Amino acid sequence: MAEVVFDEASRIYTPGATPAVDKLSLTVNDGELVVLVGPSGSGKSTALRMLAGLEPIDAGHLRIDGRDVVDVASKDRDIAMVFQSYALYPSKTVRDNMAFPLKMRGMDKAEQAKRVNEAAEILGLTEYLDRKPKALSGGQRQRVAMGRAIVREPRVFLMDEPLSNLDAKMRVQTRAQIAGLQNRLDVTTVYVTHDQVEAMTMGDRVAVLRDGKLQQYATPSELYDRPVNAFVAGFIGSPAMNLMDLQRSGDGVTLGGSTLPLTREVADAAGSADTVTVGLRPEDLSLTSEGDGIKAVVDVVEELGSESYLYAHMAEHPDTTLVVRGPGRTRVRYGETIAVRVDPDAVHAFDASSGERLAS
Amino acid sequence: MAITTERGSTTTSSAPVDDGPRRTSRTGPVLLTTLTWILGIGFFFPVLWMVLTAFKTEGDAQSSPPTFVFTPTFEQFRTVFDAGIGPYLANSLGATVISTLLVLLLAIPAAFALSMRPVEKTQDVLFFFISTKMLPVVAAIVPIYVVVNDIGLLDNIWTLIVLYTAMNLPIAVWMMRSFFLEVPSELLEAATMDGASLARTLREVVLPIISPGIFATGLICVIFSWNEFFFAVNLTSANAGTMPTFLVQFVTSQGLYFAQLSAAATLAALPVIIAGWVAQNKLVQGLSFGAVK
Ligand SMILES: Nc1ncnc2c1ncn2[C@@H]1O[C@H](COP(=O)(O)OP(=O)(O)OP(=O)(O)O)[C@@H](O)[C@H]1O
Ligand SMILES: [Mg+2]
Repeated sequence: MAEVVFDEASRIYTPGATPAVDKLSLTVNDGELVVLVGPSGSGKSTALRMLAGLEPIDAGHLRIDGRDVVDVASKDRDIAMVFQSYALYPSKTVRDNMAFPLKMRGMDKAEQAKRVNEAAEILGLTEYLDRKPKALSGGQRQRVAMGRAIVREPRVFLMDEPLSNLDAKMRVQTRAQIAGLQNRLDVTTVYVTHDQVEAMTMGDRVAVLRDGKLQQYATPSELYDRPVNAFVAGFIGSPAMNLMDLQRSGDGVTLGGSTLPLTREVADAAGSADTVTVGLRPEDLSLTSEGDGIKAVVDVVEELGSESYLYAHMAEHPDTTLVVRGPGRTRVRYGETIAVRVDPDAVHAFDASSGERLAS
Repeated sequence: MAITTERGSTTTSSAPVDDGPRRTSRTGPVLLTTLTWILGIGFFFPVLWMVLTAFKTEGDAQSSPPTFVFTPTFEQFRTVFDAGIGPYLANSLGATVISTLLVLLLAIPAAFALSMRPVEKTQDVLFFFISTKMLPVVAAIVPIYVVVNDIGLLDNIWTLIVLYTAMNLPIAVWMMRSFFLEVPSELLEAATMDGASLARTLREVVLPIISPGIFATGLICVIFSWNEFFFAVNLTSANAGTMPTFLVQFVTSQGLYFAQLSAAATLAALPVIIAGWVAQNKLVQGLSFGAVK
C-alpha cells in the first residue's frame, strides 16, 4: 500500500527532442486505481515505466510513500507490473512463473507454495499450475501474469494495456475481474490503456495524457461532465462528442440556421472572439418532430438495439457533421432529414484557438 | 568437402520425413517431392560413395567404370588404424571441444551485451568482429607462423585451440546475437522487477530460451574446427596433428590410394556426422527459432 507522487517528472529520450513525458504531476492515493489514458505515443507507457524503474527520470521527482525513488533500483521499489505481452517465462511452469518473484526474494518454500496456491485459487488457475505458458489461452496467460504480480503483495501494481491481446468479450469480463481484484486487495494501482471505455469503467480517477503532457486528472464523471479542453472532450465518450467551430451571433452561436444560446459566463469568457468551439455529446441531442429543431440529413444509421446512433450532416452546411443518439429500433433511414433538439444545459464551449474550456 | 558431407546428411535425412506424408495426387507436390529427393540424393551421393569406396579394395576403387558390386573388405580400415590414427583423433577432439567451449564462453556474454545493451558503436563493433573473417587466412599465416615459432608453440595443440577459438568467435558472436535479439526485452524487464540479478536472469530466463541457438552455434564451431586444415598443416607436425592432416598422408606422390583415403575420411567424418545426427532436433529448432516463437 502506498501513495505515489509524480512531481514534475520528465523523461526525455533524445536530448533536444520533445519529452516523452513532460513535467508530469500526479498523485495516486493509497489504494486508488488510477488509469492513464491517451492516444498512441502520448507517453502513457513511458510514465508507467518511470514508476516501474525501467526508465530513468530525467527531471523532477517521483515519490512512493514520501520517499524519492528516482535513484532507487526497480527491484527495490516493491512494485509489480503486468506487461502487455504478459512476459511470462516460457521455460517455466505456471507455478514457477508465479513463484519466481518470491524465490528471488528468498522466501521459504512452504510460504511460496501457499501464496502461489492462494493466488491460483483467486484467479482460477489451480488446474493449470503445472502447464507451460505455451499451453495456455490468451486469457489464462493474462491471469498468470496477474498472479505473478499479486503473489508478491507489492506496494504498487502497474499494468500496461493488460487486456489488449484479448478478444472483446474476454476484455469486458477481465476488466471487471481486475477492478474487483484491485478493490479487494486494496493495492495502489496504475493502469495504462488507450481505450477510454476501459479508463472510464475501471478508474477511480483518470489521467488523460497527450504528447507527454497531462491534460486532465479527475474522476470519470468529472471528465465526462466537465472536460477541461476540446481534446479531452473529444477523447472521452463514445461515440465522440460533436465538436464544431460555430459563429457567434448575439448571446449565442449559429447552428444550422437557428441560434444556440450560450450562458452568460461562457459568453463573457469568450469575450470578443468571432467563433467558439461548441461540444455536444450525441446523448444530449435528441430527435424532435417539432419544426424548431436543427435540420440534418442522415448519412449512416448505427442500430445497437437499445439505442441507435445517427450520423448526419447539416442540411444547410453539408461540411458540419453531427452524431445524434436516437431510440432503439429507430425508423429513421439513410437520406432522411431529421430535426435535432439540443439540450441547452449540456452545451460545452471551448476557446476556438486554444481549445480551453470556456467558463468553469 | 566434409562440411558438405555434414549438411548433406542433414538434408537427406529430414527430406523424406517431411515430404512423405504430404504427397497427394496433384502433380505440383509430386514434382516438388521428386526434386527434393534428387537434390537430397545429390547432396548425399558423395558421402555414400566415400563410404562405399572405404569398403573396397584399391583395385575395385580404381575400376572404370565405377562399380557398385564388390566384395566388402575391412582391409582399408585396418591400414588406416595401423597408420596411427589415435593421436590425430585425440588432437582433433581436444582442439575442437576445448575451442568450442571457449568460443561459447566468450561469445555468449559478448552477444548478450551487443544485443541487449546496444550502444552507439555496437554496429561498428559487430563489423569489426566480422571483418577479421574477410582477411584471407593465407595472408595471415606468415606472421602467425613467426609469432608461434618465436614463443616456441609450434606443433602444440594449444596453438590450434587459440587459433580455432579466434577463428570461430566472430561467427559465434553474430549467431548468438541474432538469437538474443529474439528474446523479448519485456522478459528481461519482468525478471528485473521480480528481483532477479542479471546473472540469475541470464541463467533462469534467457538461457532456456536460447539453448537451441547455443546448440546450433556450438555445432557450427565443432564442424569448422574439426575440419580446419590450413592452420593444422602449417603449424603442426607429429605431435599436434589433427585428422585433416592425417588424411593428407593418403594423398601421396606415389599415387592416390582412393580406398584408403575414403576409409580415413569416413572415420574423420564419423564423429561430426554422429554429433550432427544427435543434434539434429535441437539444431533445426535452433535455426528456425524465429518462426517457432
Ligand atoms: N526507447 C525509446 N526511444 C526513443 N523514443 C521513445 C522510446 N520509447 C518511446 N519513445 C517515444 O516516446 C513517446 C511516448 O511513447 P510511449 O510508448 O510512452 O507512448 P504510449 O502512450 O504508451 O503509446 P501506445 O499507446 O502506442 O503504447 C512516443 O513519441 C515514442 O515515440
Ligand atoms: Mg504504450
